[in-house]
Amino acid sequence: MGEGVGVSRGETFGAGFFVRWLEGTASAVDREAGLLTELDSAIGDADHGVNLKRGFAAVAELLAKEPPATPGAVLVAAGRQLISTVGGASGPLYGTLLRRTGKALGEDERVGRERLAEAFGAGVAAVSQLGGAQVGDKTMLDALVPAVEALWTSFGAARTAAEEGALATVPLRARKGRASYLGERSIGHQDPGATSSALLFAELAGTARAEGAA
Amino acid sequence: MSPAAPVGIVLVSHSADVAASVAALAVGLAGGGGTAPILPAGGLPDGGLGTSAELIRSAAEAVDGGAGVALLVDLGSAVLTVKALLAEGDELPEGARLVDAPFVEGAVAALVTASAGGDLDAVAAAASEAYAYRKE
Repeated sequence: MGEGVGVSRGETFGAGFFVRWLEGTASAVDREAGLLTELDSAIGDADHGVNLKRGFAAVAELLAKEPPATPGAVLVAAGRQLISTVGGASGPLYGTLLRRTGKALGEDERVGRERLAEAFGAGVAAVSQLGGAQVGDKTMLDALVPAVEALWTSFGAARTAAEEGALATVPLRARKGRASYLGERSIGHQDPGATSSALLFAELAGTARAEGAA
Repeated sequence: MSPAAPVGIVLVSHSADVAASVAALAVGLAGGGGTAPILPAGGLPDGGLGTSAELIRSAAEAVDGGAGVALLVDLGSAVLTVKALLAEGDELPEGARLVDAPFVEGAVAALVTASAGGDLDAVAAAASEAYAYRKE
């Protein structure tokens, strides 16, 4: 940061990068579905893993069949697919995150990390508005907000911030969703939505690293 | 846009049984001859509990006569899915609106009002007013 304000320094990423990231996320969600459902069985309705797995599998299938031409189009298509297929609250929430981020990217064929961070800011704001939640409510925003902030620095910083944000939900009391009905009993459990958001950013960092970006 | 077309109503529940039963209850209580079009959009396409954007879309299209569609919802993902579809702009018929109302009481009030020829504002107001009816 500092130099070249408003201009992305270094690498830019095309539609293929975004497809590989979301395919990686589909694999990660598939691998971690059991953990997500276990976390959700403690404070939710025990469907987060299976719901997200269904949604991201449909996203991967769609992107393989009809790969969109721009980063924005990849995210918009993925978001729409999540809303259509997930069946639980994570569908409209993740769907809105990706779709609004994609719309904010516009029609550019390649985007840099800082541009993505800026677009993600719009996506996260839309999620916050849709669910009426803020940081500290023990939701996915507890991972997303610090991750997007750290993405201005590096992909690796975003990954770390998301993981720390997810861990930081453990002592919180849930104020949104089904977990909020549990009141005090939601304390001591890691939020499943923040955990899956950390997976999304871990895959973003992993995809960037695989392509030589940091 | 025919002025004679009634407002359509969609009931979005996590459960297919709940949505269908509340629709049947509303039709029964609205009584008499024909009522405004009302359809359930409950559960997932495979019959499980949850919210299906596809079922919501198809129900909204089916009840749309050009006078608007009132969507009543139960919990969590039903609320968020309808809001997300509305935010998209082109997913639901023009004039589709999420109505903030209690699910059962709101459905009855909405259907009676729509069947009597009320416009979308009147239908939404009648459904929302059901919140104000105290039971003790």
